[in-house]
Amino acid sequence: MLKTFKYGGVHPAENKLSAGKAIEQLPLPKKAAVLVSQHIGAPSKVVVAKGDTVKVGQVIAQSAGFVSTNIHAPVSGKVLKIDTVTDNSGYKKEAVVINVDGDEWLDEIDRSDTLETSINLDAKEITDKILQSGIVGLGGATFPTHVKLMPPSGMKANILLINGVECEPFLTSDHRLMLEKGEEILMGTQLLMKALKVKKAVIGIERNKPDAIKHLSKLATKHEGISVCPLKVKYPQGGEKQLIKAVTGREVPSGALPISVGAVVNNVGTAFAVYEAVMKNKPLFERIVTVTGKNIEKPSNFRVRIGTPVNELIEAAGGLPEDTARIISGGPMMGKAIPTTDVPVTKGTSGILIISEEAGHRKPVENCIRCGRCVQVCPMGLEPYLLMTLSENKKWGKAETEKVMDCIECGSCSYTCPANRPLLDYIRYGKTSVGQIIRSRK
Amino acid sequence: MNKTLTISPSPHIAQGDSVQKIMYKVIFALSPALIWSFIVFGLPAIFVTATSVLTCLIAEWLIQKFLLRTTPSIKDGSAILTGILLAMNVPGNIPLWIVIIGALVSIGIGKMAFGGLGQNVFNPALTGRVFLLISFPVQMTTWPNVTKTVVDATTEATPLNIIKEGLKNGKPLTELTNQIPDYTDLFFGNLSGSLGEISTILLLLGFGYMLIRKVISWHIPVTVLGTIFVFTGVLWLANPDRFMDPVFHILTGGAMLGAIFMATDMVTSPMTKKGQIIFSIGIGVITVCIRTWGAYPEGISFAILIMNAFTPLINNYIKPKRFGEKQNGKA
Repeated sequence: MLKTFKYGGVHPAENKLSAGKAIEQLPLPKKAAVLVSQHIGAPSKVVVAKGDTVKVGQVIAQSAGFVSTNIHAPVSGKVLKIDTVTDNSGYKKEAVVINVDGDEWLDEIDRSDTLETSINLDAKEITDKILQSGIVGLGGATFPTHVKLMPPSGMKANILLINGVECEPFLTSDHRLMLEKGEEILMGTQLLMKALKVKKAVIGIERNKPDAIKHLSKLATKHEGISVCPLKVKYPQGGEKQLIKAVTGREVPSGALPISVGAVVNNVGTAFAVYEAVMKNKPLFERIVTVTGKNIEKPSNFRVRIGTPVNELIEAAGGLPEDTARIISGGPMMGKAIPTTDVPVTKGTSGILIISEEAGHRKPVENCIRCGRCVQVCPMGLEPYLLMTLSENKKWGKAETEKVMDCIECGSCSYTCPANRPLLDYIRYGKTSVGQIIRSRK
Repeated sequence: MNKTLTISPSPHIAQGDSVQKIMYKVIFALSPALIWSFIVFGLPAIFVTATSVLTCLIAEWLIQKFLLRTTPSIKDGSAILTGILLAMNVPGNIPLWIVIIGALVSIGIGKMAFGGLGQNVFNPALTGRVFLLISFPVQMTTWPNVTKTVVDATTEATPLNIIKEGLKNGKPLTELTNQIPDYTDLFFGNLSGSLGEISTILLLLGFGYMLIRKVISWHIPVTVLGTIFVFTGVLWLANPDRFMDPVFHILTGGAMLGAIFMATDMVTSPMTKKGQIIFSIGIGVITVCIRTWGAYPEGISFAILIMNAFTPLINNYIKPKRFGEKQNGKA
C-alpha cells in the first residue's frame, strides 16, 4: 500500500494547470524591492546605503541573529532608497529598492550549466556556505536552513527527508524543478546529508507526479543512500510532521521539533538552492514561482528574481483576468491573499494564484450541525469545532489543554466545513493568545 | 491597477458542501421508503406526511421570525427532514391533529427551544414521536391493516406487538411465530407498522446512497444493528423458546429506520468515530432491553433519546487520537 500519514486529510481538486509548462526566465524588472524580512526570525540588517551601486549576488542585508540570514541583491544597479513597501500581509515593511541597470553579477558566481559533482567541503563549511548564501526553506515557511542543520546539543539527525510532495493544489514549481533540475536536487541532497552527517535521505513525492517519481528514482540509483518514496495524494501530505510520519512512521511529539525523532525535512527547492550556493557560489536571489488560476491565459512556471513586483509575473502569464476577486501568494490552502499586485516576490513566494469572482468569496456562516467532519479531517487529531468555540469564548486554559498549539494551520477543517464556519480563523486567534500566555510564563 | 481585491485568511477554497445539500441528500435517501409507504398505506399516508412537513416548516418560520427574531432558515431543509422523519414514525391512519401536535413538539420543544439547528440535544423528530407515544398511546399503536388488498379500518398489530403480547399471556413462541409475516415480507415491506418502518430493503437502499455520497459513515448504523443482532442472538441461543431470533429483531420495528436515519442525526450523535461506536452500542443494548423486558414492544426511539443525552458527555471524554501523543515515536 502507498505510504501516507495516518489520520485526517482532505483531497481538494488538484488543478495542476501549469504542470506541463517548462520553467521560463522572467525578464528583469525595472525596479526591485527587496524586503529585509523574508524569513522566520530576526529581520536582516541593511548594509548598503542610498546611492550605492550593487552587483547581483552582493550582500545587501546581513544576518541579525542565529535565526536570521543574509539577503543578497537580486539585480544590479543603484540603490534608489531604503524605504517601506507593502508586503504580502498588507503591512509596510523595510525594503531596499534597487533601480535595475544591466545584469552584472559578482565574478565569483559560476553562471554555467555544468553539473558539479565533487564535494570538497566538510559539514561545517557547507553549513557556513548555506548561511552566507541566505538559504531558507523554499516550501513557503522560509525557516533559515542553516538552523535546521545545527541541531541542539544532544540531538542527532539520522534521516534527511526531501519534500517534493507539493500537496497544495495548483502549485507546480517543485514539480517542474524536479523534472528539470533532478541532478542538481540530488547533489543538493548529498550536500545536506553531509552537513547533517546522515547516511540516508528519502525524497517524498505525491503519486500525482509520476514523471517526477520516475525521473528522480532513476537518477537516485547513482547516489548512495538516497531513495524516492511515492506517497498517496492527500493534503497535507507535505506538512513537515505528516511527511515524517508517512515516510518513516515516526510521530513528532506535540510541541517538539522534527529533530527529536531524528529527522530533518527540506524542500526540493531548498536542496536545489543549496546546490547552487555551495557548488556554484550563487546565493539565493531567485526562485521558481508558479503563476496560475482557472481564468488566467497562460499558467506558467517562472524563474523570478526576488523583489520583482507580482504584477510583472501576472502580465507575463497573460495579464490579470477581468473577473479577478483575489490573488493568493502561495497555494489556495495555506497561501496569503495579497492586498495589491505591487507586492514584491520574496524567498517564500512559491506561487501566485488568481481566483475569480465566482469562487473568490466566502459563503455566509451557518450554525454548526456537529457533523464532525472537521474532527475527521484534522491531520493533528484535534477537534477544530471545539477549539473554535473555546477561542470564541476566550477559554484559553481549556484551549491549551485541548492542544490548540498543535494546529499546523493546514486549513482542512475550514475547507471541509459544510456550514462555512471560519474554524481556522478562530483557531489562529486562539494560538496567538495561548502562545502569548505560554511565553509570558517563562 | 485599481481593482479591489478580496483578502481573508487561508484556506481560500472550500469543498463546496453545504448544510442544505446534506439535508436534501438525506431526504433523497429517505424517499424510496417514503414512496413505498404511500403505495402501501395510500392517501392517508400522504396527508400525514404533508401535514407533518408543513407544520414543521410553519412552526420553525414563526418561531424564528417572531420569537427568536432571527432570519428564518427554513430553506436549509432541516425542518422538512424533521417533518418527514416524524411522519415516518407514526401509523399511516393517525388523525391529522395528532400529527400537528407532534410536529409542534418536534420543532418547538425538540429544536427551537434549544436555539435551533445544531443546538438541540435530542433528535427533534423522536422527541415529537415519543411525546405522541406517551400522550396518545392508543392512536400511536393502532396500525392500518395491509395484509388485505385494500387498506381498511380494521387494525393489525405489528410483529413486535404480537410477540410481546403473546409472551406476556403465556403463549409459546412457536405458536406466535405463525402469526407474524415471514422474513421475506419483513424484508420487502409487506407488513403493518409506522410509515417508514416497513421496508427494510428500501431503507438499506437509502443507507447505501448516503454512504456513497459520504453523508454519513457506516459506524453508527452498522454498530447499532450489529449490537442488536449480537445481543438478541445471545438471548436466542440461550433460550430459543423464549426469545425471538436476531434476524427478526433487526428486520422489525424501527430498528432499520432508527439505526440508519435517526441515530445518525449529526447534531445529536458524537463527533468522533470512537464516540459514535460507544453511542451506537448503547442504543443497541437499550433497544433490546426495552423490547425484551420493558413495557413497550419497541424501544429504539427511547434508546436513541437516552443516548442523545449522553452525547455531550461522550464528546467530552472520547477524544480523537492526537498526533504525537505517544512519546516513543511509534503510532
